[in-house]
Amino acid sequence: MMEKRRYTISVFTEDRVGLLNRVTIIFTRRKINIDSITASVSEIKGVHRYTIVVQESKELVKKVTAQIEKQVEVLKAFFHEDQEIIHQEIGLYKLPTQSLFLGGKAEEIVREHHARILSIESDFTVVEKTGHPCETTALFNALSPYGILEFVRSGSVAITKPMKTLAKYLEELEKEIELN
Amino acid sequence: METLLKSNPLEKLNSTSVVSGARAVVETLIAEGVDLMFGYPGGAIMPVYDALYDYQSEINHVLTRHEQGAIHAAQGYARATGNVGVCLATSGPGATNLITGIADAQIDSTPIVCITGQVASALLGTDAFQETDVVGISMPVTKWNFQVTKAAEIPRAIAKAFYIAKSGRPGPVLIDITKDAQFETFEFHYKPFKSMRSYVPIYKLNLNRIEEAANLINSAKKPLVVFGQGVILSEAEEVFKTFIEKAGLPSAWTILGLSALESDHHLNVGMLGMHGNYAPNKLTNECDLLIAIGMRFDDRVTGNLDLYAKQAQVIHIEIDPSEIGKNVPTDVAVLGDAKQVLHELLLRVEKRNHQDWLKEFRRLEKLEVETVINKEFYPTTETLTMAEVIHGINQKSEGKAIIVSDVGQHQMIACRYSKFSESRSNITSGGLGTMGFCLPAALGAKLGQPNREVIAVIGDGGFQMTIQELGTIFQTGANIKIVILNNEFLGMVRQWQELFFDKRYASTQLVNPDFQTIAKGYHLKSKKIQTRDELANGVEEMLNHDGSYLLEVMVGKENNVFPMIPTGAAVSDIRLK
Repeated sequence: MMEKRRYTISVFTEDRVGLLNRVTIIFTRRKINIDSITASVSEIKGVHRYTIVVQESKELVKKVTAQIEKQVEVLKAFFHEDQEIIHQEIGLYKLPTQSLFLGGKAEEIVREHHARILSIESDFTVVEKTGHPCETTALFNALSPYGILEFVRSGSVAITKPMKTLAKYLEELEKEIELN
Repeated sequence: METLLKSNPLEKLNSTSVVSGARAVVETLIAEGVDLMFGYPGGAIMPVYDALYDYQSEINHVLTRHEQGAIHAAQGYARATGNVGVCLATSGPGATNLITGIADAQIDSTPIVCITGQVASALLGTDAFQETDVVGISMPVTKWNFQVTKAAEIPRAIAKAFYIAKSGRPGPVLIDITKDAQFETFEFHYKPFKSMRSYVPIYKLNLNRIEEAANLINSAKKPLVVFGQGVILSEAEEVFKTFIEKAGLPSAWTILGLSALESDHHLNVGMLGMHGNYAPNKLTNECDLLIAIGMRFDDRVTGNLDLYAKQAQVIHIEIDPSEIGKNVPTDVAVLGDAKQVLHELLLRVEKRNHQDWLKEFRRLEKLEVETVINKEFYPTTETLTMAEVIHGINQKSEGKAIIVSDVGQHQMIACRYSKFSESRSNITSGGLGTMGFCLPAALGAKLGQPNREVIAVIGDGGFQMTIQELGTIFQTGANIKIVILNNEFLGMVRQWQELFFDKRYASTQLVNPDFQTIAKGYHLKSKKIQTRDELANGVEEMLNHDGSYLLEVMVGKENNVFPMIPTGAAVSDIRLK
């Protein structure tokens, strides 16, 4: 059994109802838990991208990625290790506003962690931290003593380091198809 | 009351004809070349059935007795002809009854288009009568699926369905059409579907890879070809034969590849896998080069992967990139259509004659004949064996019949011993192992190849899973020879219980109805054979009979299929007894 690592799978697709389900089924079949998943537009109109994060062996991720790419209406699928991508997540923290004033260091912590205050209401304050999961977790732990009322973290989004553009891949795909 | 506005009488459509969605379904099917389909009506698909009523001379719709029968018949038709099989069902239970067949077609790469009716779009998601999310349910087992909610989407959706089902690695596609879309009228315009940017059916050949493969083949001392259905699906049978003959390559088949190469070809070394032949399994672990063509290294073929052909270099010729390296690591992967690849390879391989290596196969084959096959063909027991029935059929059919088998012991026996001289002649449920496949698939095969003899070989268990399709066979008047190999057991499960579960025969004994009386109820001529001396005449009478015939043969109750690779063992650990 190969070592399990964090892999980020980027899937570029046509904009179609149900396609996300078709892609996630491939993980379900092999009983792979998805750590995080996001769907968004891409730089090309009409092309959507999913960013899927899993902890698995490289061998398995490679097979799953091939099975994703095989789906009709999936344009391309790639998998990357952390050092090959720039990735970020957003954490939102809801705290009692009074905890910022009652002699604690909550405000200092927010500053130290390069987080920012999004909103201050009379009874609660919302803090935002963008970063890697370890950073959003660190802030969570630091703020915990002040009574976190609510916490949510987005799925990971990632930009790859290799310079080949999606447009270039699409061009290659169209060349393949012309030959048929 | 809902009624359809009929265009009366049917005029030929011009480019601006206004038609209902239902009529557009039928017109598009005709434009795609469909003249035969299988199905079962119901509420949500009624408009399409109403439209079909006007097209009875263009499309023969076969009413099966269950939707599972419809899809297996469509599969049998597709496997026997190479055309796309089409079936039609209503929403809810009609659609869910197709699922087993869709899963079967997916794993066995069979081109199928299923059209299902769906509740009106305003009712979607409300748990309406006979509503089921068939697009969701079928997603893991279809190559593609799509829900139509507007009539104007119909021509393109169906044209795209056919394109996807038959191109590249074929597979099943499902189009779900809401009832309001079937009623809605629109300006009909059909255009064949040509290509899409997100789907590459066949990748461009990489000639470097072909060179590398040819070099390996030219320098191999003990090469072995393992071929699958890809040879049949790409219609590569001729070039495949020329290729193996030129390079002198012993060639073994998966059960879906069976019949692509005639049984008596001097390079045909037999069946791979769990109940396959002794020599090809044994020598898989002795060859120096394994050349896999259009096959996917199923676990029933490879046995224990950690002990599979580790000594050999592996060439994998495959159309589906996700199959490469999925189960067996590959040294040279050649992505492409088998026919195109083999044409290129043929130009680059040198003439070879691996006589000594081939002799190894023949030596082990002799051992299997002496220890297993002779005992099967000429048993000393009083009871009949399944193999002597197949042997009896071979002697009369001379390898020209299409043999359709179900799943279990009789399937392994039918695949092991049937002789074939033509491609697309072995039709069986390989990947999914669907009991009940055979009877409806045989009907589909016969309707697709009316001039060929179609023999359905079925166990007494599987027969009763889709026995209702005898009604369809009777109603269509199709001429199908049905051979029931009756051991009053779920034989393969019983064999495993005997070998691996201490003979604890949990729920495998069958108390069967009188199949002769059942045949009579369907006006089928039939005969029951209990002794050896009745067999040859029984087979002859069946094959000479003009029309369908049911031949029930009582066989040994506790016979086992050998050779056998036990689960978890290496292919070379294949046991002769």
